[in-house]
Amino acid sequence: MARVVVNVPASAKRGELIEIKTLAAHTMETGFRRTQLGELIPRDIIRSFVCAYNGEEIFRAGLHPAIAANPLLVFTAVATESGTITFTWSGDNGYSATQSAAITVV
Amino acid sequence: MVRRQRLFRDPVRRHHRRLRLRLAVLLLGFVGAAFAAEIPPAERRSGYEFMGRETRAMQDDETTNPGMLWVLDGEALWNRKAGAADRACADCHGDARASMNGVAARYPAFDATLRRPVDLEQRINACRTDRQKAASLAFESHELLALSAYLARQSRGTPIAVAIDDRTKRFLDAGRETFHRRQGQLNLSCANCHDDLWGRKLAGTPIPQAHPTGYPLYRLEWQSLGSLQRRLRNCLNGMRAEAPPFGSPELVDLELYLMWRARGMKLESPAVRP
Amino acid sequence: MTTRREFLVLAGAAVAAPAVVEAQIDPNQAEKRKAAFAEALHRVVGDARVRRGRVKLQLPPLIDNGNSVPLSVSVESPMTPADHVKAIHVFTEKNPLPDVISVHLGPRSGRAYLATRIRLADSQTVLAIAQMSDGSFWSDGAEVVVTLSACLEEGLI
Repeated sequence: MARVVVNVPASAKRGELIEIKTLAAHTMETGFRRTQLGELIPRDIIRSFVCAYNGEEIFRAGLHPAIAANPLLVFTAVATESGTITFTWSGDNGYSATQSAAITVV
Repeated sequence: MVRRQRLFRDPVRRHHRRLRLRLAVLLLGFVGAAFAAEIPPAERRSGYEFMGRETRAMQDDETTNPGMLWVLDGEALWNRKAGAADRACADCHGDARASMNGVAARYPAFDATLRRPVDLEQRINACRTDRQKAASLAFESHELLALSAYLARQSRGTPIAVAIDDRTKRFLDAGRETFHRRQGQLNLSCANCHDDLWGRKLAGTPIPQAHPTGYPLYRLEWQSLGSLQRRLRNCLNGMRAEAPPFGSPELVDLELYLMWRARGMKLESPAVRP
Repeated sequence: MTTRREFLVLAGAAVAAPAVVEAQIDPNQAEKRKAAFAEALHRVVGDARVRRGRVKLQLPPLIDNGNSVPLSVSVESPMTPADHVKAIHVFTEKNPLPDVISVHLGPRSGRAYLATRIRLADSQTVLAIAQMSDGSFWSDGAEVVVTLSACLEEGLI
């Protein structure tokens, strides 16, 4: 599966603001580059990213070719209850990746 | 009749004196040029210091350093069995965090079989073919970069210390010669920019001192992780000189010289550079 | 280093593909991109008024390489169900495409904040627009100067 890295604090206090950092290995081919023979290299990017907290979507991003390769996405969430935070990436040519992280909220 | 007054009494002696003076200046110029080039050890600075604040932060924070994507893949490969011998790196070397600590800072290192220095990528491939009985990994392939990134990461913070002795001295000299030799259509040597003009701007960007303190590194220009040899070939192409193929002795000798030139500086792998 | 054979192939292709070459030197490129930028904005905002403020877009003023520019957006908002940022959109005025990223948030985000790394084709203005739960739009822009790295690589390795 495609390599992704997520950084979520293992535990937090109820109501605390947590920072979530995600990295995905992907060239994010823009579709504007050309080969040495002048042919366009077709677009191949991650198009969408969804983060869900115990099943409920809390953050969604639509990515375009202007996002740099190996996309980094950093955002915040409120630690409401213990459980699982899931991350889903999807993109061109059937690209898909998922990751999840457990969080304990005290 | 009074003798015509002259400013100097003896024209022949004056001529000789002038000749000696010119010769002395010429010799001093050559000698001066040979010594003025090298950067004094105390003035050496890593490419890290020539980058903007944000790029530095990208390198420092392992949660956002894209190089870590390769490091993690390298860790997976380290533990995966491979080849006819069905062995993983871990089967012989155990936990890389312990066994590989400090290793990357010593490469290129002398290889007794080949009787010449080899760099880390070549050492990894030697293990693959000899010990794992697996096919060697192509230069700049994802797998080879991942493994070398994983290994180099285990030496983050270690001072660079390549061994120069009777066996490796002549390769160091060959590398030094390459570094100082003018090459290519622009007739530039590495030293022209990186010894004499570091800190000045080229195409709006500061010229670094060219110390390989963070390889393999994530270069923003490549949008990927790459090896020192890839960077050297870039430079040579940029100078409109012929770039030797990956793995060639000329490149490894140059790597050896560059690592020796950076001796004592701490490894930052996997670094980030513009 | 190009071999003679490669050179001949390239030369042949260059002669045979004028359309390809044309596409790369469009004299109306700047205008087209400006129009695309305006259109992208309109798609998100419609005819609503976009006010300057509450949004803080941060980009380094001078960047090492346009391939990867760190960007962060934060918006002043209590992020309550009654009053929160619904979405943040980022646009550029001179890239081949104006859209960069659109994120959808909500009260569970705690803070209206996004950080990422983007590509910038040229020195230009980047614009961030926040869409509030009450239907209002707020924005912030930043000017960036893009320099090139020295000793570039031609094409791929």
